[in-house]
Amino acid sequence: MERIIMNGNSAAAWGAVLSRVQVTAAYPISPQTGIVEALAEHVASGRLKAKFIMSESEHSVMASLIAASEAGARVFTATSSQGLALMHELLHWAAGARLPIVMVNVNRAMSAPWTMYCDQSDIVAQRDTGWLHVYCEQNQETLDAIIQGFKVAEQVMLPVMVNMDGFYNSYTTEPIDIYDLERVDGYLPPYKPPVKLDPEEPHTLHGGTGPHLFMEMRYQNWEAMEHSLAVAQDADEEFGRLFGRRYGLTEAYRCEDAELVLVSAGSLVGTLREVIDDHRALGEKIGLLKIRYLRPFPAKEVRQALASARQVAVIDRNVSVGMGGVFWQEVRSALYGSESGDKPVLGFIAGLGGRDVTPKAIDQVIRLARSNPPQDVPIWVELKV
Amino acid sequence: MDTENVRVVIPEPEFLSSGMYSCPGCMAALAMRHVLKGMGPNTIIALTTGCWAVIDGPFPYTSVKVPLLHGAFGTAASMARGLRASLDIQGKEDVQVLAWGGDGATFDIGMTALSAAAAYNENVLYVCYDNEAYMNTGGQQSTATLPGMKTTTTTESGLAGIRKKNIVEIMAAHGIPYAATASVAYPHDLLHKVQVARALKGFKFIHVHSPCPTGWRIPPDQGVHMAQLAVKTRLHPLYHVLDGHRYFMDFDPEPAPVREYYDPQNSRMLRLTEEDMAAVQAGVDRRWQTLSVRCQQTQAGP
Repeated sequence: MERIIMNGNSAAAWGAVLSRVQVTAAYPISPQTGIVEALAEHVASGRLKAKFIMSESEHSVMASLIAASEAGARVFTATSSQGLALMHELLHWAAGARLPIVMVNVNRAMSAPWTMYCDQSDIVAQRDTGWLHVYCEQNQETLDAIIQGFKVAEQVMLPVMVNMDGFYNSYTTEPIDIYDLERVDGYLPPYKPPVKLDPEEPHTLHGGTGPHLFMEMRYQNWEAMEHSLAVAQDADEEFGRLFGRRYGLTEAYRCEDAELVLVSAGSLVGTLREVIDDHRALGEKIGLLKIRYLRPFPAKEVRQALASARQVAVIDRNVSVGMGGVFWQEVRSALYGSESGDKPVLGFIAGLGGRDVTPKAIDQVIRLARSNPPQDVPIWVELKV
Repeated sequence: MDTENVRVVIPEPEFLSSGMYSCPGCMAALAMRHVLKGMGPNTIIALTTGCWAVIDGPFPYTSVKVPLLHGAFGTAASMARGLRASLDIQGKEDVQVLAWGGDGATFDIGMTALSAAAAYNENVLYVCYDNEAYMNTGGQQSTATLPGMKTTTTTESGLAGIRKKNIVEIMAAHGIPYAATASVAYPHDLLHKVQVARALKGFKFIHVHSPCPTGWRIPPDQGVHMAQLAVKTRLHPLYHVLDGHRYFMDFDPEPAPVREYYDPQNSRMLRLTEEDMAAVQAGVDRRWQTLSVRCQQTQAGP
């Protein structure tokens, strides 16, 4: 194993190398471009024995990967924001076709107005495409999530989206452990597709399907996604045994006796840890729930973590205009009707379009949460109006 | 090469089954039949949305005996690139990839993907079957629609300045090893072209004119006849281009006026004046002249 200082984009590309990806197709978009360049470099140097397809659009990226996967290869790509949106049609296709594609999305706000800075509005808009969605707090976690992603995807035959925050993760350098390839091989065996395109055994895949079968096929997607909760849990535990790191579907941090629990996903969680520690040092009973999986949604874990809290504050780096933050909706929905559903769940919108969410801003969230604010509308943090 | 007398033996094996979901007299089905005979069994098809997505038949049935991947609209070229990469990395360089799309999927929605696959000279054959409109959705205008033809989305009268996109010239301009036209009415020529194309490494493109009796409202037994007329009126000249610059005319018919192609289709024709027809004829003559000059230049050598 080697420990190398690198940024999130480089770590993501190493995740693909260690997973022995066979085909990658890519198209550049800030702040993801570093992944594409690093992948090309790994392929050019022979470190990664893969075919690199330079595509002319993200739509074509996913179309090429779908076909490459159907022919039996392990495939990977990365995108961001507008590029992810351009892929939208094929995200549904990849999930419906039951392909174990792993893709990194570097979270970036959606234009207009034109922007390239971070928020998670790009990915929450793809929530219902049938992919597993993982949110990473830091860069080692991104690398690990890619390896774990293939492990899970190839068992449940669903695609996996690994999210890292643009700029905060993509351009932040951290020490990253690059595991020995042979050890990763022990964790992630070569991909063996149950069906593939092969002239030796011809199949026609994904032909026209009528109402008599479509619903059953979608139900199979549902079942696979339900099953993926346990598969992801097992994959994480096995990873922990082999590499010393595990992350869980969620992570409850200092929640045991917490009266107020802050909930978030992505790089913001790192800031929240610091703030929680500061408040704990002052004797305040505040905890943190990090959500790693938005799909499948780990409702059981979320209920458990929030069971004893008197109040919950969800901080969303995204907004569904007309409703509120998506994680807020998800948490409220998970708690509704459960034994944990007896408490106010407040929704905060923060950090859109790359606005820094500072410890000061989190202090404001905590203050506001204690002031009995309205529970039915989201509260915009540090809004200058 | 004299296309009508070309000595090509059409192989016996069939790669399509009966019971396809094509309309009576479907020329797109005929095009696939010939192309697959040329490709042989060691082939995977990347099939984009269009009539052929239906013709193949509903799940769990299929009428194609080689592996076939249905894909989203306009993705035939991108899927073909993915298949090629996947097969090559698995050491299956011998498996051929056939990308298959209609004119809408090729001239319109798949154009950027097609251009990229050609520019990167991917080792695949792309076949476009051209029925001059979006026939799977009932006949809407595409950039392969001839001027003066009425579609369900035509809003202008007369020629309206419309030109059919010259797809083969666009593809040849990429400098690809092989770009050709073909027609379902000339199966020997079509088959020969598929056989030549599959033997070449790199990106190959064949534009197959493929009339749609249902959409064009002509009797089901008139498809081949209309395809013949398109060639004989020089609306669809049969030729091929090697490496983007060496031109070869494959058939030099006694020219018939374009009216002979338009008139039998008056049910899908706009009301065209004598001047309109003269303008269409002039466009056809100009294109033929350009092609002839390029073929002569090729003959003369560098």
